[in-house]
Amino acid sequence: MIPMAQYMISVLFDDTTDTATAEEMAAIDTFNDQLRAEGHWVFAGGLASPSTATVVDGRDGEPVFTDGPYLESKEYIAGLWIIEASHLDVALRLAALGSKNCNRRVELRPFLGG
Amino acid sequence: MTDVGEVITRVHHEEWARVVATLARRFGDLDIAEEMTAEAFATAVERWPVDGVPPSPGAWLTTTAHRKAIDRLRREVRREEKHKEALMLSDASEQTETTAPLGAIDDDRLRLVFTCCHPALALEVRVALTLRMVGGLTVPEIARAFLVQETAMARRITRAKAKIKAAKIPYRVPLREDLPARVTGVLAVLYLIFNEGYLASDPEKEAVRGDLTAEAIRLTRLVRALMPADGEVAGLLALMLLTEARRAVRVSASGELVTFDKQDRGAWDRELIAEGHALVRARLASGQAPGRYQILAAINAVHTDAPDVRDTDWSQVIALYDQLVRLDPSPIVRLNRAIAVAELDGPQVALAEVDGLPLEGYHAFHATRADLLRRLGRSEESRAAYDRAIGLAGNTAETAYLIRRRNQLTGP
Repeated sequence: MIPMAQYMISVLFDDTTDTATAEEMAAIDTFNDQLRAEGHWVFAGGLASPSTATVVDGRDGEPVFTDGPYLESKEYIAGLWIIEASHLDVALRLAALGSKNCNRRVELRPFLGG
Repeated sequence: MTDVGEVITRVHHEEWARVVATLARRFGDLDIAEEMTAEAFATAVERWPVDGVPPSPGAWLTTTAHRKAIDRLRREVRREEKHKEALMLSDASEQTETTAPLGAIDDDRLRLVFTCCHPALALEVRVALTLRMVGGLTVPEIARAFLVQETAMARRITRAKAKIKAAKIPYRVPLREDLPARVTGVLAVLYLIFNEGYLASDPEKEAVRGDLTAEAIRLTRLVRALMPADGEVAGLLALMLLTEARRAVRVSASGELVTFDKQDRGAWDRELIAEGHALVRARLASGQAPGRYQILAAINAVHTDAPDVRDTDWSQVIALYDQLVRLDPSPIVRLNRAIAVAELDGPQVALAEVDGLPLEGYHAFHATRADLLRRLGRSEESRAAYDRAIGLAGNTAETAYLIRRRNQLTGP
């Protein structure tokens, strides 16, 4: 039994084009199928634009809601995969494939104690 | 007593990487491997002068380090978890994937090298980690070598070990399909260590530092012993040996760089040259297409083959550079090719090839132009080029050389 670790692949969005093209969506679907077939799949999803975000602070009394994203930035996370892999070399290969298929840069980051 | 001291130094050179590598595999933790190996050597320094050197020092050190690791793990509250972690990263737990052919390559030290030189780590991190884990240099030694504060260097290494653990950088020889790229990554680390010793980039450092070049050669010899069939590993070792052979006469008594054509060839190290030449010949005989390091080694073999600079087979040098340009058409390679062209076709032809290369920020570009312009009698332009080169050069010996050449210019 190979102990698996979980990684998050976040998709970095750094241009002005709005959403993924039909071609990119098709490539992402193919990649998702591959992740499922090879047993790496945990979760994947695209995120709505940062302008739709709400910052919530519920630490003290009545929760405070603030319209807009936590960080104002030209680069933001447009979506993410959560994958399982035996080690970083496998995760890097999948992240490279993910980057190619969604046509964006991605950040690969391990979950704690995976 | 002295004898034992010498034995310990030798054993440290020969066995450090093996002990660290074995422990890293057994415990799946570079921290434990490093610290317990260091403790085992400290115990040897205490015990061996009293008890005598054990018949098999390497085995003694591994056993001692292993016991210390077990003791430490027992002391730790989270013992069970640690043991589970230990099973995590080893090759043995992964028989589902095709790994590179085993045999000669199946050595824990090679796993250690590939882990330390993993592409997910920044280059300066790989260098520090390799010198510590594989080379056995202490953190203060590495900090001194790269003129970095000791605490900063310690942090760099600690952070690297934490990333290896958290991100699960595997302790294994890469998959066959990844191997060529990963070997290239290892060689880049070794070559950087060598070059930092051979041409220190910092004006506050000594111009040439034999400790670093020697360490780079020692590590490359180790990698070569582990991967004897890899042509580029052999090529890099040959390149280092043929360069190292000229180290003693590379800087004059007054601390100035001595260029190739002015070096006392009788003072070159014949033994290193013979070994380098033998490696180059063996690669040529293999009939396999050479990579970058093999071509660079062959160029150095042509140079070191000539009893006098006038005997240099420049057309052979240029043919090799042509081969290199096909692999790596970078402006730096084309600059070096042009330097050889100057010897065969004259400075005018060479200057035409140099001008227009996008190397404005590179001191050697301006130093080359300065020399070519000087040879063409264009003193004023040459002086300006020397000024640019002096402003950009970091190495003390090189700066001293360039200043003297500039001041020797006569006429407009």
